[in-house]
Amino acid sequence: MSPVNFVYLAAVLFAIGAATVLLRRNAIMAFMGVELMLNAANLTLVAFSRMVGGIEGQIMAFFVMVVAAAEVVVGLAIIIAVSRARQSISLDEPSELKG
Amino acid sequence: MTYNVPEIAWAPLVPIIVVLVAGAVGVLLEAFMRNVALRRVVQLQLSVATLVLALFAIVWQWVAIGGDGVVVLRSMIYLDRQALAWQFLLVVFAIGGVLLFADRNREGEDAFTPLASVAPGSPDETVARAKGLAVTEAFPLAMLATGGMMLFASVNDLLFLFVALELFSLPLYILVALSRRRRLLSQEASLKYFLLGAFSSAIFLFGAALVYGAAETTGMRELLGLYVPERQTLLLLGLFMVVVGLLFKIGAVPFHFWVPDAYQGAPSPVTAFMAAATKAAAVAALARLSYLVLFRFAWELDWVIWTVAIASVIFGTVLAIVQTDVKRMLAYSSVAHAGFILVGFAGFSPLALSALPFYLLTYGVATLGAFAVITQVRELTPDGAAGAEATRLGQWAGLGKRHPVLAGLMSLFLLSFAGIPLTAGFVGKFVVFRAAVEQGAWPLVVVAVLASAAAAFFYLRLVVLMYFTDAPDDASPRVEVRPTGIGRGVAIAAGVIVLVLGVLPAGALNLADEAGVLLSPPVVTGG
Repeated sequence: MSPVNFVYLAAVLFAIGAATVLLRRNAIMAFMGVELMLNAANLTLVAFSRMVGGIEGQIMAFFVMVVAAAEVVVGLAIIIAVSRARQSISLDEPSELKG
Repeated sequence: MTYNVPEIAWAPLVPIIVVLVAGAVGVLLEAFMRNVALRRVVQLQLSVATLVLALFAIVWQWVAIGGDGVVVLRSMIYLDRQALAWQFLLVVFAIGGVLLFADRNREGEDAFTPLASVAPGSPDETVARAKGLAVTEAFPLAMLATGGMMLFASVNDLLFLFVALELFSLPLYILVALSRRRRLLSQEASLKYFLLGAFSSAIFLFGAALVYGAAETTGMRELLGLYVPERQTLLLLGLFMVVVGLLFKIGAVPFHFWVPDAYQGAPSPVTAFMAAATKAAAVAALARLSYLVLFRFAWELDWVIWTVAIASVIFGTVLAIVQTDVKRMLAYSSVAHAGFILVGFAGFSPLALSALPFYLLTYGVATLGAFAVITQVRELTPDGAAGAEATRLGQWAGLGKRHPVLAGLMSLFLLSFAGIPLTAGFVGKFVVFRAAVEQGAWPLVVVAVLASAAAAFFYLRLVVLMYFTDAPDDASPRVEVRPTGIGRGVAIAAGVIVLVLGVLPAGALNLADEAGVLLSPPVVTGG
């Protein structure tokens, strides 16, 4: 199978992830959308790396994984702090900031 | 099999390494020092000493590398005077920010919650407050953010840029959530900032991946030499997404949604640091990307800059006029300033490379000063202690009569934001607009000048409120200025810099001229 198909798959995953972030009102779901976008980028990097014939793209994917892991730590910490304070993680409900 | 040890020019990296190591040491101190009061003092001294050391290291490198600059880590990092100028700005903002972090009022309370992990208003929080706990992690977090921003202003590789972006963003997400008062607001701001920030960095990363597919490299300098013209569409799409990611960090319309929430919800010292430094770092990265890569595609990408710049100045100004909260008003004013900054990018004039650091210096210093003033205007609790910050516009009425110095400083910063002559903001706007006019982008400049005239309205409204309106006698809660040593010191220092840059800008402008050259060595391929 041609590696370019993986790029198309990655584009679809990226679109699904972006739609999840923009449409879902649950903070965890939105966060999972972000992770899906990052993984789509990883898949793109690896697929292009295969097409180009170098290994830079695969090495970059490792960097992205580490950064994404760090992001999960910070993101979940914030979401947990919010859920403790409000007993809810809906993105619509916390709405004291307006205007 | 042989292993070639890479040659690394360590000396130009000294400023960045010093700051990042201090961040790591700060984290270790958090783990091993039990005594809160001692830990706070040690963290503060460590941070300030390191930042001052970094300032000296930057000056040393400025002299040492001469006009050209140095390529470090096989073209991963370009250290030229442009990068050093941005690093200098970032460290100056960080010093101001860290000092404000340490600021405490008469009751010995700083701006941060005593214990971030407990729910606001819970009995645990009361216990933590009674025990005098403090989130001294704010200092190492600020150091890590500063180090990340300094990298962000210097790297040449799109993927490294992503790592640096996350390195400075993640600590900021946490800092935003740490407010002592109005913690629900603070946590909500942090959640929104985090989700939108992560979303934008994912867009940035996907763009970088597409660029890699089109050009087989993520090095900005190497891109143009290597890309295959047949894949230009892919490259342009990738670059567009990268630019969108950067515009998010700059806070330009239509990527500005996090700005007002994060500015209002964050503790004011964090807002001061974040507002000044994030914008500078993002503009630095956009400038490097523009002048190494985007200028070649000026015809295809100029409309993005034009649209976003016009939208930012207009929406930022109009929305700032209708705000009733001081911090939120300054947030929308920062959106308008993002527009003014982008005006400088129109046509990619070489002048902009020296105009932008100067503009960001004037904007950042005035922002630090303004938020330093905001930290001192407090609502009073019934027993007369300082409570939350009084940020409603009406609460600032009559401040000029009771505290002429503080109100005078605030007026000075507001006039500088508005770009009134004899303040730094005027000179900053002038040099940026001149760069745009030189490239024939005068329609953009006309819009920007009209918008800044309209923006003067809401800045002056606050000045009028402070000086010519009497405070209502029966205001509840009562509003009082509670001057703090560090806060007042930072505000006065910022005021002096704003005046000096406004009246005698020649020296700083000459330095900015020297910084206006990007290192662009011949591309080395293969190997």
